[in-house]
Amino acid sequence: MTMTEAVAAPARVPVQMTVNGTDYAAEVEPRLLLVHFLRDNLGLTGTHVGCDTSQCGACVVYLNGESVKSCTVLAVQANGGEVTTIEGLAKDGEYDPVQQGFWEMHGLQCGYCTPGMIMSAHALLKRIPNPTEEQIRHGLEGNLCRCTGYQNIVKAVQYAAGQMNGGGTHDPANTADWERELAGKSDS
Amino acid sequence: MTATVDAPERLVGKAIKRREDPRLITGAGSFLDDVRLPGMAHAAVLRSPYAHARIRGIDVSRALAMPGVLGVFTGEDVKDDINPLPCAWQAGKVQNNVNTPRVLALEKVMQVGDPVAVVVAESRYQAEDALDAIEVDYEELPVVVDAKKATEPGAPQLHDNAPNNVVMEWSCGKDAATVDQALADADVRVSQHIVNQRLIASAMEPRGSIGRYDPGTGEYTLWATSQAPHVHRLLLGAFILGVPEQTIRVIAPNVGGGFGSKIFMYFDMPLVLWLSKKLGRPVKFFEDRTENYLHTAQGRDHITDVEVGATKDGKITALKVKTWANLGGYLSTVAPGIPTTLYGRMVAGCYKIPNIHVDVTGVYTNTAMVDAYRGAGRPEAAYLIERVCDLVAGATGLDPAEIRRRNFIQPGDFPYDTGIGMLPYDSGDYERALNHALDLVGYQDLRAEQDKRRQNGSDKLLGVGMSSYVEVCGIAPSKWIGLPGEGWGAGLWESANVRVHLTGKVVVTTGSLPHGQGHETTFAQLTADQLGVPYDDIEVKHSDTLGTPFGFGSYGSRSLAVGGTAIYKSVEKVKEKAKLLAAHMLEAAPEDIVYENGKAFVKGSPEQGKTIQDLALAAHVGYDLPEGMEPTLEATTFYDPPNCTFPFGTHVCVVEVDRNTGEVDVLRYLAVDDVGNVINPMIVDGQLHGGIAQGLAQALYEGAVYNDIGELVTGTMNEYAIPKADMVPNYELDRTVTPTPVNPMGAKGAGEAGTIAATPAVVNAVVDAVTHLGIRHLDMPLTPERVWRSLQGASA
Amino acid sequence: MFPTQFDYHRPGSVQEAISLLQANPDAKILAGGHSLLPAMKLRLASPAALVDLGGIDGLRSISTNGGVTIGAMTTYAQLRDSNELASRLPIVSETANNVGDPQVQNKGTLGGALAHADPAADFTAVMLALGASVKAVGPNGERTIAADDLFVDLLTTALAADEVLTEVSVPAGQGKVGMAYEKFRHPASGYAVVGVAVVVPVDGQGNAASPRIAVTGATSKATRATAAEQGLNGKPLTDQNIAAAAAAAANGLDLNGDHFASAEFRGHLIEVFTKRALERAAAQVK
Repeated sequence: MTMTEAVAAPARVPVQMTVNGTDYAAEVEPRLLLVHFLRDNLGLTGTHVGCDTSQCGACVVYLNGESVKSCTVLAVQANGGEVTTIEGLAKDGEYDPVQQGFWEMHGLQCGYCTPGMIMSAHALLKRIPNPTEEQIRHGLEGNLCRCTGYQNIVKAVQYAAGQMNGGGTHDPANTADWERELAGKSDS
Repeated sequence: MTATVDAPERLVGKAIKRREDPRLITGAGSFLDDVRLPGMAHAAVLRSPYAHARIRGIDVSRALAMPGVLGVFTGEDVKDDINPLPCAWQAGKVQNNVNTPRVLALEKVMQVGDPVAVVVAESRYQAEDALDAIEVDYEELPVVVDAKKATEPGAPQLHDNAPNNVVMEWSCGKDAATVDQALADADVRVSQHIVNQRLIASAMEPRGSIGRYDPGTGEYTLWATSQAPHVHRLLLGAFILGVPEQTIRVIAPNVGGGFGSKIFMYFDMPLVLWLSKKLGRPVKFFEDRTENYLHTAQGRDHITDVEVGATKDGKITALKVKTWANLGGYLSTVAPGIPTTLYGRMVAGCYKIPNIHVDVTGVYTNTAMVDAYRGAGRPEAAYLIERVCDLVAGATGLDPAEIRRRNFIQPGDFPYDTGIGMLPYDSGDYERALNHALDLVGYQDLRAEQDKRRQNGSDKLLGVGMSSYVEVCGIAPSKWIGLPGEGWGAGLWESANVRVHLTGKVVVTTGSLPHGQGHETTFAQLTADQLGVPYDDIEVKHSDTLGTPFGFGSYGSRSLAVGGTAIYKSVEKVKEKAKLLAAHMLEAAPEDIVYENGKAFVKGSPEQGKTIQDLALAAHVGYDLPEGMEPTLEATTFYDPPNCTFPFGTHVCVVEVDRNTGEVDVLRYLAVDDVGNVINPMIVDGQLHGGIAQGLAQALYEGAVYNDIGELVTGTMNEYAIPKADMVPNYELDRTVTPTPVNPMGAKGAGEAGTIAATPAVVNAVVDAVTHLGIRHLDMPLTPERVWRSLQGASA
Repeated sequence: MFPTQFDYHRPGSVQEAISLLQANPDAKILAGGHSLLPAMKLRLASPAALVDLGGIDGLRSISTNGGVTIGAMTTYAQLRDSNELASRLPIVSETANNVGDPQVQNKGTLGGALAHADPAADFTAVMLALGASVKAVGPNGERTIAADDLFVDLLTTALAADEVLTEVSVPAGQGKVGMAYEKFRHPASGYAVVGVAVVVPVDGQGNAASPRIAVTGATSKATRATAAEQGLNGKPLTDQNIAAAAAAAANGLDLNGDHFASAEFRGHLIEVFTKRALERAAAQVK
């Protein structure tokens, strides 16, 4: 049991980045993943980890305006960059239309995939403001949800697209837009 | 003044947006890995790379010297303090050769991924580094992963007390000779080998736990990804750690999906408590996805030989089932109960079958433990009987729908006893759901289109499949499931406390708990209507053994039917007390008081009444109460229902099979479900969507594959195909409503129905697409290659 | 989920990167990171150092000058969204839209994909079919490697350890060229179980003129389907000729198999997907 066997830790490296509009600086190990930097160094635990193979998308954030899987980016790679996480999406206490859409259309159940799913949906709508259903499903291919079967996620994105494009269908009453969905069903 | 109280809007039956969602859409939800405690250290677990091996020695000395390491422990270090995990549900009335896992393997490992040692360090990165420095000397042993092969002569033996690797041999129904005779007498007889492959639950949040021991009070606190905190506390205290139950508190934070996999007791739960006491620090363990796939309990994995006999006009007269249930290397918490009580006793499905015999052999293999996964036994049963119906259709030349109609239990037959030991089915109208589904999907037109494509030699074969399912949920009656016949050995009641605070605000505490189902919303809707208080004045509390009465947890689609009824009954008790107090305050006779819409008043004089807020204030200040009445306004109920509930329905799937590649495209998926009365249709539909996706995924995509040396080939999300958004269709849902008489709400349960129904509907559709080529069965998952291969051997 | 320790270098120039690679023989080049970092998270790869090309200016570009030259650090998203590519090399933008998922497309790079040489990658086959070449810069200067010579074996290329792949060049096509990539996608990984890329120039008579057909997913490295190419060369793109070429596409290939798709099934898929790709390409040059 000798200390010489212990690997000498490489030098920590300084990183600084702007996250949700706030500047942060820290010294980190080069191996620290961006998702761990956000969660453990900054305490922004809304960004989740659901896999270790870059499949599930629970960790999606914006990095310099592009949606990325923060589990597959080193914190040092984001040095000098600008990050937006789920915590930074609502503005002035108003939910982003994508957040609102997920709430209205029951686009979540357990909520674990939701932050990443919302961020990916947000990025999709930035690129394709009026996506077809096929484009929505294709555009969310980097995000797994085990609860919803995706149908209400698709509706949530469609809802948000409608809001963002001014074709608002938002019913402010507490009863969700689901009432409309359910109209005409033969609940007999 | 009118003579009635203004009725607030009824909320039950309305699609109320979920009150859980604001925290979850903003990243403010707190899941297990989000919990941070002062001084918290991090555990990482060394896992066996071998499926079956003897541990000859472990050298942790290098790991102990690694940076940041606080401790390294092996099975030897913990064996005197931590008992093996218990198996709480053994198969009823038969011998169970029980072997359960230790928290860290002691002499042998039974599967790849078995925990062998644990490192605790200042950071998870450091703990992982130290794992690489632990040296384990393994002696590899022969491996068996297939349940049937494990029972054959010459197979490697896993446990000394389980000859031929048999956990138990269990049967139900009539004796085998009677059923053999009925098969011999049948006009038509079909036998089929059917595999129900192993699945990985894949809740998006992996599992984990955080332990904190307080040396000042001697109390343990466990945060865990748990579907059953009270049960976990009970097992930890009385069975595993041998510490008084009351010194343990278990908290389930927001739980990111469970699907059964978070019901069970896992090694890390006692281990982090032990580590915390040992090291004087809170300790967190949170598995990564690879660990989750290797070692968190999996589902299904049945090999079945079935024989069915029928008359030439399609009446099923006999069903004989022999199933090998792979239970993995050890028994998980409720493993033996799943293929017995919840599978064997449900194989009759929706049908009157006079002669049934079921044999189930539970088997040990060098694989991950198998336990309840969404549906737990009922999907396996529904898959079997719904495939059988189509086999009978093929053998008799009758339409699959007609086979079902000719064998359905009829609406006038309820309560109906299938004769194989299940409780009597409560209510149903199976044919109505079937006919409605076929009407909606346009069944006759689809058959015509199918014929047309077959005649013109299209490369895109059309298939229509249906499944008429019934399932048992609201799993409870203690007097049934707890008796030796079913082997559970405990109750399955549920609890609720309803407390009206001095200010008139209401807190509902429940032993049920959500992991995505929206209990906080649904239970508040229910309470608001029953008590006549504003929805926003009601808070639903759950998931912490400190603040909630004992409950058995959420699984088996039991939260509303059992837990919800406990709330309903507590509200009734609160209202009774409120009426007595109102009588006192109004100087009236109690029998003259009515309670309506949040107000108690003398019949005919609502304007003189006392609101629930008035009454709560009076009950709390307590200086003017009727003789003998205790202060405060609250009630607790421990509800044990008289029966389970039996949701049912018919799902129809339409597929296109590409002859060139074997690819299956789901063109339509239509479901008519009957879950009884519905509290929140949006949430129920969401449950069905997700359930259908999981059932469909079993049919087409998912399957845990082990190689011959017991390595999980599908060990990551790169290999194990849980569906993405573009791999599932839109679901067309409709309902029939047949309230259950079992509980006052008439609600049956909806959490598992979709999963139970979908798998056979999809497989039946694919087989239907190719059945004219002489194919009568295909095993899941229906991967392109599997379908393509069947077509290669088929006659054109 | 937790990589081992390594030293991190972020050079500002290709020359600096080469020096770092020479000084750190166990270093790996980090481009988009979407193959390397997942392997490091599972501790299947534990490089002593990473040389991140992300700080080098000028490697993210798409330029056209007769042919098309693409900087090695150009992301799939850039390829996907390039109007220039959509009109000149639609096979590239289409393929980029079907690599991984949008987040992979935002980070993954063309140079990284070619240098990693995953046997199931998409762009290896596409660049083979396009007859592309790469520029490799090393201590002794730069050299050009044809895609045909680049992929040596499983995850192995002709690049030396201290060479940096800096750009990818696709030669200008002559006359009408049909091109398509057809992929049988793995349901979990999204990688190609089988992918077939075809680039089919046609002469004045509408006959295939030195068509190039490349297969990925089915062999240890992306490979030309030479039997199919030769069968089609000089012939009109009739259904019959396409079917014959497709039937020959797997000839001579050493096919691999796994639990999801056997070698035999992959061989069959190569035929089906070659046919589909050729039919699409043929429709473009009608």
